[in-house]
Amino acid sequence: MENFLQQLLNGITWGGIYALIALGYTMVYGVLKLINFAHGDVYMVGAMTGYYLAHAAGFAAHPSLYGLAVTLLVSMAVCGALGATIERVAYRPLRLRGAGRLAPLITAIGVSLLLENTGQLVFGADPKFFPALVESRELVSLGGISLSNVQAVVLATALALMAGLEFVVMRTRFGRAIRAVSFDAPAAALMGVPVDRVILGTFVLGSALAAAAGILVGLSNPKIDPLMGIMPGIKAFVAAVLGGIGNIPGAMAGGLLLGVIETLVAGYLSSTYRDAIAFVVLIAILLLRPTGLFGAPQTEKV
Amino acid sequence: MRERALLLLALGLLVAADVLLPRVLNPYYLTILSRIGVAVLAAVSLQLVNGFTGQFSIGHAGFMAVGAYVSAAVSVHAGAAWLAAWADALPAWALRACYFPVPLLAGGAAAALAGLAVGIPALRLRGDYLAIATLGFGEIIRIAILNVDAVGGARGLSLSAPAHPGLDLRYEGLGAMYGVVALSVAVISRLVYSTGGLAFRAVREDETAAESVGIATTRVKVEAFVVSSFFAGVAGALFAHSEGYIHTNSFSFLRSFEIVVFVVLGGLGSITGAILAAALLTAAPELLRGLGEWRMILYSVLLIATMLLRPQGLFGQREFVPGWLRSRREAPRAAARG
Repeated sequence: MENFLQQLLNGITWGGIYALIALGYTMVYGVLKLINFAHGDVYMVGAMTGYYLAHAAGFAAHPSLYGLAVTLLVSMAVCGALGATIERVAYRPLRLRGAGRLAPLITAIGVSLLLENTGQLVFGADPKFFPALVESRELVSLGGISLSNVQAVVLATALALMAGLEFVVMRTRFGRAIRAVSFDAPAAALMGVPVDRVILGTFVLGSALAAAAGILVGLSNPKIDPLMGIMPGIKAFVAAVLGGIGNIPGAMAGGLLLGVIETLVAGYLSSTYRDAIAFVVLIAILLLRPTGLFGAPQTEKV
Repeated sequence: MRERALLLLALGLLVAADVLLPRVLNPYYLTILSRIGVAVLAAVSLQLVNGFTGQFSIGHAGFMAVGAYVSAAVSVHAGAAWLAAWADALPAWALRACYFPVPLLAGGAAAALAGLAVGIPALRLRGDYLAIATLGFGEIIRIAILNVDAVGGARGLSLSAPAHPGLDLRYEGLGAMYGVVALSVAVISRLVYSTGGLAFRAVREDETAAESVGIATTRVKVEAFVVSSFFAGVAGALFAHSEGYIHTNSFSFLRSFEIVVFVVLGGLGSITGAILAAALLTAAPELLRGLGEWRMILYSVLLIATMLLRPQGLFGQREFVPGWLRSRREAPRAAARG
């Protein structure tokens, strides 16, 4: 039982990171109906930015919450700009030409390859170790379950960012515009919503969240390399589908759920099946409830 | 008469290629050429589902993996013993020629079965959900194989039989491989451009309308999926037998994405486009080798730029068939298609 609760806690921490990445997938899908395969690599750039910044600014030598906050914010800003650039260069020109939905999928794969290969050239292919921005120690120990302060920081940051996103999407004009565009982009345009600017903003938000996930993963799982985004990227995408792609609370729930399931499977069954379980859950959900846990069923108009 | 002469000429060329190329080309070029053959077959078989039937599968590498592993297992566990037993009765070249189709058909059949098992549930889904499900199935197949110790698991599978040390189970000649690729491409193009093949394109253009004129859309989709999986399996078998060593890492979703890129970049619904894109994109990283570390960066930039400049793909839905390849019966139709 104690072991189970401990695994559950670890799973939730890991799931929080998936959820942050999944949010970027789901928001972009919501406004563009595009599976942005480059998203996992933005998360890698986030972790790498944090690594270099922490060393350059001396946060690595003197761990502090202040250093962590600065690293997090700068990395989010850098990736926000990267996300905006990707949208402007690789997706918007195709949209303006009225190309179908498949051409952007291929440019997304191209951007993903570009980031991975540039990453290998610039950062080097060998793994790096993310500096411990928070000195690891046990924070609470209750009946055999321990919560380290790193886990607490990761969880708190993830939850705070999700709450912040919920606020932006539900309570601000920009958030209303995002919801309008994902509901019906042409109609939103007719109502005077600047659709292209909203799409750009969505990319900035999603990429910033991916950067935060990159920093948090660096704290809890320090080995980082230029290809680190591939697998978590695809799994976070699965998490987004679990919750119902295009649905923001769904992505949060899907991410947490996937993290918990994966950790439990790795803990109780076998870690070699860890990667497979995400996809098994995915298939099960798609066959039983194709629109995901939170998605509304859609009827097709003829 | 002309067709027969052409066929004989082609066969002669393939046999010559099979015998001569391994002697005059260095192994590096041979490997690239055989990888191009595999890529072309993988791309054309996926084109049947993605380009002609209008479904979107991004798990094609999973079926290649099934074909590769089943064919390799057949060769290692059974083929080696057969080859050794018949070694005295037949000359080596005749024996190899007789054995050649066995692993290919075994791999193709196994992949077709896997395609049937995946296709029936998955093809009820539409659009992006279908794509995501095929991605999931592809990865499940790969990870399942990774956990089967009889085919090497995480160590990979080498095409050698420890009981028969002198025996080489690999295909070195390119002629046999390109013969199989050409035959498969011919079968797929005859299929999609036949009268019956209109059903595939009808489903692509408008599923509801197709259904209303009596096309069993789900059945047509599953058929396309199974045939496509069969040829993916053959491609996997060719890959296994030309590389001589396989590992599940070669069949991850990145490989599936690569095949999707061939199909979309070549032009959805164009067999010639898929062939050209597969050949160009497989050769490109090697041709760019002089650039050292920059080559993969340039490759990705080229990919993005091509897609931005030609969103409909290199060929769109058009085909390019040289005049001498068109049979007289077919020529007016092909011209009308333009």
